[in-house]
Amino acid sequence: MAQDQAPTGGLASIPALLERNAKAFGGKYAYREKEFGIWQSWTWAEAKEEIDALALGLLALGIDRGDHVAIIGRNRPAHYWSMVAAQQCGAVPVPLYQDANAEEMEYVLEHSGARFVICGDQEQVDKVIEAQERVHKIEHVLYVDKRGMRKYDHTHLNWYHDVQEEGRAAHQRVETEMDARIAELTYDSPAVMLYTSGTTGKPKGVVLSNRNVIESAKNSVEFDNLSAGEDVLAYLPMAWVGDFIFSIGQAYWAGFCVNCPESEDTMMTDLREIGPTYFFAPPRVFEGLLTTVMIRMEDAGRIKKRIFDHYMEVARRVGPSILDGKPVSGSDKFRYWLGNLLVYGPLKNTLGFSRVRVGYTAGEAIGPEIFDFYRSLGINLKQLYGQTEATVFITVQPDGEVRPDTVGVPAPGVELRIDDSGEVYYRSPGTFVEYYKNPESTASTKDAEGWVATGDAGFIEEDTGHLRIIDRAKDVGKMADGSMFAPKYVENKLKFYPNILEAVVFGAGREMCTAAINIDLSAVGNWAERNNISYASYQELAGHPEVLNMIQSHVEEVNESVAQDPMLSGCQVHRFLVLHKELDADDGEMTRTRKVKRGVISEKFADLIEALYAGKTEQYTETEVTYEDGRKGSIKATLEIRDAKIWPTAHTQGVAAE
Amino acid sequence: MNTQTAESFVTPDGRTIGGTVMEMKNITLRFGGVVAIKDISFDIREGEIRAIIGPNGAGKSSMLNVISGFYVPQEGEVWFRGKRRPQMKPYQVAQQGIARTFQNIALFDGMSVLDNIMTGRLTKMKSNVFQQALWFGQAEREENHHREQVEKVIDFLEIQNIRKTPVGRLPYGLKKRVELARALAAEPKLLLLDEPMAGMNVEEKEDMSRFILDVNDEFGTTIALIEHDMGVVMDLSDRVVVMDYGKKIGDGTPDEVRANQAVIDAYLGVSHD
Repeated sequence: MAQDQAPTGGLASIPALLERNAKAFGGKYAYREKEFGIWQSWTWAEAKEEIDALALGLLALGIDRGDHVAIIGRNRPAHYWSMVAAQQCGAVPVPLYQDANAEEMEYVLEHSGARFVICGDQEQVDKVIEAQERVHKIEHVLYVDKRGMRKYDHTHLNWYHDVQEEGRAAHQRVETEMDARIAELTYDSPAVMLYTSGTTGKPKGVVLSNRNVIESAKNSVEFDNLSAGEDVLAYLPMAWVGDFIFSIGQAYWAGFCVNCPESEDTMMTDLREIGPTYFFAPPRVFEGLLTTVMIRMEDAGRIKKRIFDHYMEVARRVGPSILDGKPVSGSDKFRYWLGNLLVYGPLKNTLGFSRVRVGYTAGEAIGPEIFDFYRSLGINLKQLYGQTEATVFITVQPDGEVRPDTVGVPAPGVELRIDDSGEVYYRSPGTFVEYYKNPESTASTKDAEGWVATGDAGFIEEDTGHLRIIDRAKDVGKMADGSMFAPKYVENKLKFYPNILEAVVFGAGREMCTAAINIDLSAVGNWAERNNISYASYQELAGHPEVLNMIQSHVEEVNESVAQDPMLSGCQVHRFLVLHKELDADDGEMTRTRKVKRGVISEKFADLIEALYAGKTEQYTETEVTYEDGRKGSIKATLEIRDAKIWPTAHTQGVAAE
Repeated sequence: MNTQTAESFVTPDGRTIGGTVMEMKNITLRFGGVVAIKDISFDIREGEIRAIIGPNGAGKSSMLNVISGFYVPQEGEVWFRGKRRPQMKPYQVAQQGIARTFQNIALFDGMSVLDNIMTGRLTKMKSNVFQQALWFGQAEREENHHREQVEKVIDFLEIQNIRKTPVGRLPYGLKKRVELARALAAEPKLLLLDEPMAGMNVEEKEDMSRFILDVNDEFGTTIALIEHDMGVVMDLSDRVVVMDYGKKIGDGTPDEVRANQAVIDAYLGVSHD
């Protein structure tokens, strides 16, 4: 089993990798940060000196083996160095989300029992000081940015650079101790502890060993042929496992350069200046960029716009095939080449994607149009599926096998298993050690053989071996005839249409699926304006026959796409209605983070659901609403219920979802 | 400072307030028959935040213009750093370490934020126009130095993301911040702010307040400001001068001013309990 593998080349820890890099790539840049408008750079040798100095300083302050060092701040080299310096002292870094409030921070600081806290700036120091009223284990707080810190009581507060200076001064006294502690690190000693964001209950501290981090980094670096020449932009939260693996694990294994933006707001400019070769972003970043491009093109002159539209059409048709190395006719190749000269090249340059060799998106479902847009430009955007407990990688899409609807094949070294209920299990060298101080959760998540439950339901496509994630396991149910019911899978497909804001699919334990749909007022309103459809209210627009026709065509398209899937074909929406009011958190129909509360909706709209299944063509309803000032009122409406076309289940696999 | 009229002391929040930097003695300013300022005296002390408040038309902006040397009062004396101040050109005022922002933003719309802030360093440039045109030797060294100073201000006010943006394209709140940046680039000892929060939303006001406090705290800059927003003034300033119809009706700490009956009647509104 992979668990017993010995470290490659005797490199059993991150500090050992640093030592190697300082020797092997000593003069190559390891870190860049834009400060005062200029990119400052550090070579691997310089980075090692900085890290050593901090580690020595921490030793001089009395850091012990196994101590937790909390690190709170935005992506800056000093914060990355803090993590490695902690490891060099035999301590374990615990990066925290910098936008967490004092209460959330307090929980993590208390739970981890951190003795040392390294803060980015005054804002973070203030939160730690606030938390210290109830958390008493913190002994020393370090801060990197001096601004505003002059007046603070410095008895337990140190400027990061002062600690480094003290470390340099004390090197004769403590250097042997540091070297001894580095030598003690084994492949199984903890490398980092990361707190999961905690959508369900309190956050849990996931302990990852050097083995987890280095094996995952090594496998993924080999999988994508990453080299020491890569540039990455570190802009995602440091407390997130992905950033730890990309900016420390992979960067140290491959020896590539981590670039830190000047501030959160300059991310786009810095992205363009650095031009990363390896890039990661959650779907919302890609969506945001696409929207910016489209809005700018709407404002562009007519000729430019026509050129853009024409060549984007060409790109959509042949771009992905060219990217995957599939055969394309000579004339198309020429058109694409011309388009690249006129449109794609300059566009990629503006976005900062000119040099991207490998790009990843993960975290949630990405709309196929968005995904295809970037791929058609020639950007090798791929999806991966992972979680903190797996040290990121569970499945990844190999080059040439990229599709928007799957999350790829098992990553190197990962074994996958789907249990009877459809939940995905994995086992890999990246499987986490434990949840800190929480053996019950550890035991319920990871079984004795090392299999970990993901909490997601999915299946593996027989002919391609790709994993497809359907839904959160707890939402997946069975319909009356025993076939699988995965509401979110269908809802996501519906929500990819700009006209549909929300969709709720019913069907658990029933003989067919039905849906209640919310229109997107801005998109549909815009459409109505262009088509000379007048309306006085949301309710009137939602009930307009033309709108219903449009939504019906969307539903039928979704049905056609769902029908391609033999397992989920039963989830086709047979009947639907368009709701007369927008689902709202104030009315308790959604959470504040805009997640639909199924229970509340099925109670509140029980009469409508009844009508959907009773085969009626319209239903009168009254719904209580809460106005912004807290007053209650009710909306009365008669809703039309429509039947949607149902497609026969396809028996051939691999048909594109389009 | 040779004529310190008061001892320096340390405020509860740890800032040192020194002796008098500037003193207005019996200032009267007239525009023809209109008396804008009538016999006003007050002082500004080193390191403090001094606010001037009052209803519309009370003469606040005129007062600030007297402080900045733009208006010369018909009567009274302005003492700056222990010397009676003669009539001066604006650049001479700037060279004395006084910088200001304007009520109606006065930036170069077509120039980038960076270039706008760079103009704040103009009085500190020594190379002549020919050297600058050729960008050689001293001019190059000087520009690098000035750019460094400007970058520190940009970093301080957190406007890195708009460094290269033409000012004309910025929203109002950011323009105000750029104006503050330009004033700070001159490394002033005394900073005059003419309604720094006018027309801002709550969040922008909070940001601006934070920056004003930080400037005062970090660089020890003395700040005199005019502001309408009562909450802001009371929170920010160490001492407040209250004006009404060109006259001074109150002067003291925010608490003293709040309790002053004349001020309540004229400006804060009559308390009905």
